Amino acid sequence: MRVIVCVKQIPDPEIASSLFKVDEAARKVIPVPGLPMVISPFDEQAVEAALRIKDKADADAVTITILTLGPESALTILKGALSMGADEGVHLCDAALEGADSYATAVALTHAIRKIGDHDLILTGRQAADWDAGVVGCGIAELLDIPAVTLAKDVQVDGPVVRVERVAGDGVEVVKAPLPAVVTVAHELGQPRKASLRETMRTAQKPVAVWSAADLGLAAGQVGEAGSRRTRERLYAPVSDIFCEFIEGETPQQQAAALAHRLHEDGLV
Amino acid sequence: MAAPSDILVVAEAADGALASHNYEVLGLARRLADGGGGAVAAVLFGEDANGLAPDLIAHGADSVHVADGGAFATYQAEAWLPDLAAIAKETSPVAILMGHTAMGADLSPRLAFRLETAVATGCVEAEISGGRLLLTRPCYGGNGREVTSFRTTPAIATVKVKSQEPATPDGGRRGDVVAVASVLDPGDIRVRIVGREAGTTGSTDLEQARVIVAGGRGLKSRDGFALAHELAEVLGGAVGASRLPCDFGWCPPSYQIGLSGRIVSPDLYLALGISGAPQHIAGCASARAIVSVNTDRAATIFGHSRFGVIGDCQEVVPALIAEIRKIKG
Ligand SMILES: Cc1cc2nc3c(=O)[nH]c(=O)nc-3n(C[C@H](O)[C@H](O)[C@H](O)COP(=O)(O)OP(=O)(O)OC[C@H]3O[C@@H](n4cnc5c(N)ncnc54)[C@H](O)[C@@H]3O)c2cc1C
Ligand SMILES: Nc1ncnc2c1ncn2[C@@H]1O[C@H](COP(=O)(O)O)[C@@H](O)[C@H]1O
Repeated sequence: MRVIVCVKQIPDPEIASSLFKVDEAARKVIPVPGLPMVISPFDEQAVEAALRIKDKADADAVTITILTLGPESALTILKGALSMGADEGVHLCDAALEGADSYATAVALTHAIRKIGDHDLILTGRQAADWDAGVVGCGIAELLDIPAVTLAKDVQVDGPVVRVERVAGDGVEVVKAPLPAVVTVAHELGQPRKASLRETMRTAQKPVAVWSAADLGLAAGQVGEAGSRRTRERLYAPVSDIFCEFIEGETPQQQAAALAHRLHEDGLV
Repeated sequence: MAAPSDILVVAEAADGALASHNYEVLGLARRLADGGGGAVAAVLFGEDANGLAPDLIAHGADSVHVADGGAFATYQAEAWLPDLAAIAKETSPVAILMGHTAMGADLSPRLAFRLETAVATGCVEAEISGGRLLLTRPCYGGNGREVTSFRTTPAIATVKVKSQEPATPDGGRRGDVVAVASVLDPGDIRVRIVGREAGTTGSTDLEQARVIVAGGRGLKSRDGFALAHELAEVLGGAVGASRLPCDFGWCPPSYQIGLSGRIVSPDLYLALGISGAPQHIAGCASARAIVSVNTDRAATIFGHSRFGVIGDCQEVVPALIAEIRKIKG
């Protein structure tokens, strides 16, 4: 069985807001000097979901293929996933693929998935933590005409069927879908494992294919910015204009009394 | 003939009623349509759903397509998509809008790919400018905002809950109710729901709560988190959390407020030991007043707060509980 996990490299999503800067003219985020790019957190959890499936099965019976579309630096996160225990990588690396919106990204990934050939399960994150779109996973499923299940907190493969516990509001919904299928992974799946020494040592031997748009049989007009269906007209960093009134007081009791008083005055309590 | 500002709204019913976000989406749809002389059509899926159509009309729909049947009783993407895609093709709206709810987030990308168009999720603003639809959405966890246009039609957008002024109902409005002749082949439904576990949290009404006390990592422990419960009780409010207390098991995951949690808009949002990461603010920014207690004067949360207390929750919160008891008598 082959599990393909789609992972994206992004700027660290948990940086202090004060470090977030955009180049409004170029409509791009300015990288923070010295801060490394990371694997999008939900994608790392998707890798974890794949590894849990492999842990439960006969190890040789499951091949985990990591698929990423991104610049040369994205090789780092691909290797990171291999050192967590994935088996092989595919890196879509080509200037023509850059600047893609969710549509063009899903098209390129789908072509790569077809080229990889046999696949039973495709895992993605619920959303990439840069643009926070949450589109590509379902897009791949539609393009391949296979089922999609979103927001998984548990993914189990049972013969030709995937059983997913998905986050549904306050509770959990259990669904089953025939393979091949796409499953998007939510934060509730839990902590991803760290890279293991053994897998890290083996990483250099694990195969990584590098493909261009042409390798995927895609023309320049079908991919990247040119193949996109949306245009980014503007990008900016919003500013909060709320003025905070700090409640003074010598002791916590005084502060609490003053706060309670102000809340009461403003009709909030 | 479709006008260049015709809008299609995908309504969402739950437990036999329309959730309040439907009125917000209709409010936005009406404003966009009116700007260009277009009409608002709504689609409603459900079992015995006809009774809800007048409510959609009163809130601004000019027509309602009702897909009625057992297959539509609970939301399932594969059941809804064939009819939805058919209605979209037949009515060729400029945009299809729905709430950015669990349903909207799940449905909209598939609909977009099926119609070979694009989707913008979690939008907070929309306008038609120079004949072009422009949608604004938060990105980078809330640190950024992007304005996007579409090269293909229809434009599909999910609308962030609580981001729009809801439509004012007008019982005198008239509209057409159209029964959908379903094209669904039940054999095409591949995903089966085999079970459901309801939440065990008792905190289902965060979205409705007028007062929310939210705890963060600054409460330090499960015992510390109990302070949030105590304060909520004296205020008659609900308890929520940032992500970390949920991760640590101090409270159930369903308490999480934020980008990947729940979106709330109480009158009063008390943030105890929460730093104010943009992904958290994404869930509570529409509160009327945020009030924070934090030991760190430089915490981002103060930039979003009406009142701030620089102090230790373990000291300030018990005192606050006592003071509020006094006020409430
Ligand atoms: C893709 C993505 C999605 C996310 N989604 C969400 C989401 O939906 N919701 C969410 O909340 N987070 C979300 N996060 C996580 C978010 O970025 C932050 O990590 C999280 O909100 C921080 O929680 P916190 O404020 O409780 O903890 P911290 O950031 O650690 O802040 C703790 C605060 O408590 C203060 N403090 C410490 N001791 C005391 C004391 N004794 N008294 C008073 N104050 C004290 C500290 O000064 C600090 O400000 C997401 C992150 C990513 C990358
Ligand atoms: N460039 C990319 N390379 C590989 N996977 C991607 C890429 N972009 C998006 N994905 C996958 O699709 C998911 C949803 O992305 P998005 O729709 O952009 O929020 C991500 O969590 C990834 O798993």
